[in-house]
Amino acid sequence: MLRKALQLSSCRRLSARGLSTRRGGSTLDWGGKVSEIKKKIRSVLPGGTWDLPYDTSHLPPEHADVVIVGGGVIGLSVAYWLKRLETQRGAIRVLVVERDHTYRQASTGLSVGGIRQQFSCPENIRLSLFSASFLRNINDYLAVVDDPPLDLQFNPSGYLLLASEKGAAVMESNVKVQRQEGAKVCLLSPEQLRSKFPWINTEGVALASYGLENEGWFDPWCLLQGLRRKVQSMGVLFCQGEVTRFISSSAHMENASGEEVTLKRIREVHVKMDHSLEYQPVECAVVINAAGAWSGQIAELAGIGNGPPGTLQGTKLPVELRKRYVYLWHCPQGPGLETPLVADTSGAYFRREGLGNSYLGGCSPTEEEEPDPGNLEVDHDFFQEKVWPHLAQRVPAFETLKVRSAWAGYYDYNTFDQNGVVGPHPLVVNMYFATGFSGHGLQQAPAVGRAVAEIVLEGSFQTINLSPFLFSRFYFGEKFQEATII
Amino acid sequence: MAAPRASLCLVAPVWNRGTRGVRGLNRMVAPQGNQRKRRTLVQFLADHFYDVQALREYFLHKQALKVHQENRSVNSIKNRYGPYIAGAFSVLNQGGAVKFQGQEWIRPNGRGHFSLDFLKFQAVPVEAVDASGCTLNYSGLDNLLPLKELQSLWLQRCPHVDDWCLSHLHPLADSLQELSLAGCPRISERGLACLHHFQKLRKLDISDLPSVSNPGLTRILVEEMLPNCEVLGADWA
Ligand SMILES: Cc1cc2nc3c(=O)[nH]c(=O)nc-3n(C[C@H](O)[C@H](O)[C@H](O)COP(=O)(O)OP(=O)(O)OC[C@H]3O[C@@H](n4cnc5c(N)ncnc54)[C@H](O)[C@@H]3O)c2cc1C
Repeated sequence: MLRKALQLSSCRRLSARGLSTRRGGSTLDWGGKVSEIKKKIRSVLPGGTWDLPYDTSHLPPEHADVVIVGGGVIGLSVAYWLKRLETQRGAIRVLVVERDHTYRQASTGLSVGGIRQQFSCPENIRLSLFSASFLRNINDYLAVVDDPPLDLQFNPSGYLLLASEKGAAVMESNVKVQRQEGAKVCLLSPEQLRSKFPWINTEGVALASYGLENEGWFDPWCLLQGLRRKVQSMGVLFCQGEVTRFISSSAHMENASGEEVTLKRIREVHVKMDHSLEYQPVECAVVINAAGAWSGQIAELAGIGNGPPGTLQGTKLPVELRKRYVYLWHCPQGPGLETPLVADTSGAYFRREGLGNSYLGGCSPTEEEEPDPGNLEVDHDFFQEKVWPHLAQRVPAFETLKVRSAWAGYYDYNTFDQNGVVGPHPLVVNMYFATGFSGHGLQQAPAVGRAVAEIVLEGSFQTINLSPFLFSRFYFGEKFQEATII
Repeated sequence: MAAPRASLCLVAPVWNRGTRGVRGLNRMVAPQGNQRKRRTLVQFLADHFYDVQALREYFLHKQALKVHQENRSVNSIKNRYGPYIAGAFSVLNQGGAVKFQGQEWIRPNGRGHFSLDFLKFQAVPVEAVDASGCTLNYSGLDNLLPLKELQSLWLQRCPHVDDWCLSHLHPLADSLQELSLAGCPRISERGLACLHHFQKLRKLDISDLPSVSNPGLTRILVEEMLPNCEVLGADWA
């Protein structure tokens, strides 16, 4: 009591002195008071931070409803749609586990960024059309208060697919399907092709299909960052760490024909933190496998494919890493502003990059020539031997090109039928796939995320029926082949 | 209606703002001092109270919705009066002007009203549309695409016309002779590349496009792409 009184009086004296001195003193005191008031306000306002004895902010939470493995464009899109389709704000707790927040090896950042509707499967065309409308209205979907609008840098220059005499009939029937689905694609004869793009050598070309709308290329980083920003504002949790183990419970049952089936349910996901042995178990209800090229490994961790061969338990997720090179070259006499993404009859492709006569492109190797996917080094001989001859044959101006740089990335390659895998696993009942898109996953991400969110929340596909993409096709051996893989 | 919302300024000014013409865009580039202050207060409140944040998100959403509303399709009119009237109506409704073949220009008065006399031109094609400063966007252009005889299209200073819209215009390629995109804030060289479909084009105005990163070079490249067209744009000399 006495102390307080003393303090008070000294305080008063101090302030009295403060008043009697010149201005400098009083402002000092004023500043202190303001900061004190600020402190008080801060302690009253919600949203402040605690001071915990141990800093655990880098650890993931102990519980989450949905754990998404892989924070690439597909994983983030699933997170976005889960939050968007939830019935009540904050109803689902979504955790995205990504082992590398710089995305050095992730396919998303290393892709060419193309979007097209020129597919052979109607489902792929629908996915791409939905994604195109998502990307067109990206600032409605991914708007965040106070953040600047996204600039997707979309180049609506279209895809130009060339077919030899052998492939012409298939191309024609594909275009028919594409038009039925609402894609704006036109067919060009070699004559028309020459008059539209005089720089093309039409030797060996019987037919070409050319996308007029919703096709071209965009900046994949912008989509990734835009999704991340939005998803964070919607309350999705992020954690940097690697998923190393699943703890699951199993139930043994008999099916109708008397065989024993083991149904598994993942209870916990172990997330190993970066550069340490520390790991955190996260209890969860649903796991989404969106680990791109590495999703085969994640499936193995969950015990998918380790039964006897020929059974459902022994059916692996056939998604592998496949290394693909992209080369960037300069060619002063090269084709002009109108250049679309050209996919040659040989499989080589290229597109314009910027305005300065730069182009980028590549070619998928044949099955026998697949490079070792152990690292992301670029094989420059591959360009000289396998890509350049085709390019120079198709566009004579490319005789004089100079390669400026190159990079490599991983396709999340589905060795079974080069199509995506979407939906739950029949035995590990709470693992959902969103992977295996074999080089067209970026453009389909917005639509696939929605489909996965629908099947998780509603139990069935609502907007686009993706049942041909279910895992069970690997067991039944029913291929759902996509013919146009670039 | 618009004024109190503007003074509340609950939402950061983004492209979606339903403004007409460049006035709103200018404000975006250089916000006035007091406006910025108020915004930071709202920002601060939004950071601390979920309700304020939700409210602001709601307004952001509302603005986007308003643009969609203004660009909704005029299918019922199209079914009743045909594509020409429907196209003309959608433009007039947004404050633009149209010219039927052999007729005078029709434009709304200062209050946005226009007479419905043009309903009698059902069989007369529309040959020119001036949608300068309108809130026209991608879906709004759908109403113009059936105008197969359209020769001149002015889209000056349209805040919502972007590169996607330019790729959407290809059905007009067989008739269009004059196109003006001057002052559109969202058109870049990427969208201009689609104009190679328009081989009939005789006059193209691409001046004053702030999103084009390299106006001089872009103009040369567009001229190369459209050899028969007079291109107005940045003077690089
Ligand atoms: C050269 C090239 C060109 C391409 N061109 C196109 C194109 O033009 N158009 C198109 O649509 N698509 C294209 N693609 C394909 C496209 O990039 C991919 O399909 C798409 O990015 C897949 O996205 P994702 O999110 O599944 O994978 P990723 O982006 O690879 O994301 C997966 C993430 O999972 C993380 N992860 C993996 N394992 C674990 C673990 N155990 N724990 C935690 N995190 C983990 C990884 O770090 C990674 O970040 C191209 C790909 C390549 C390589």
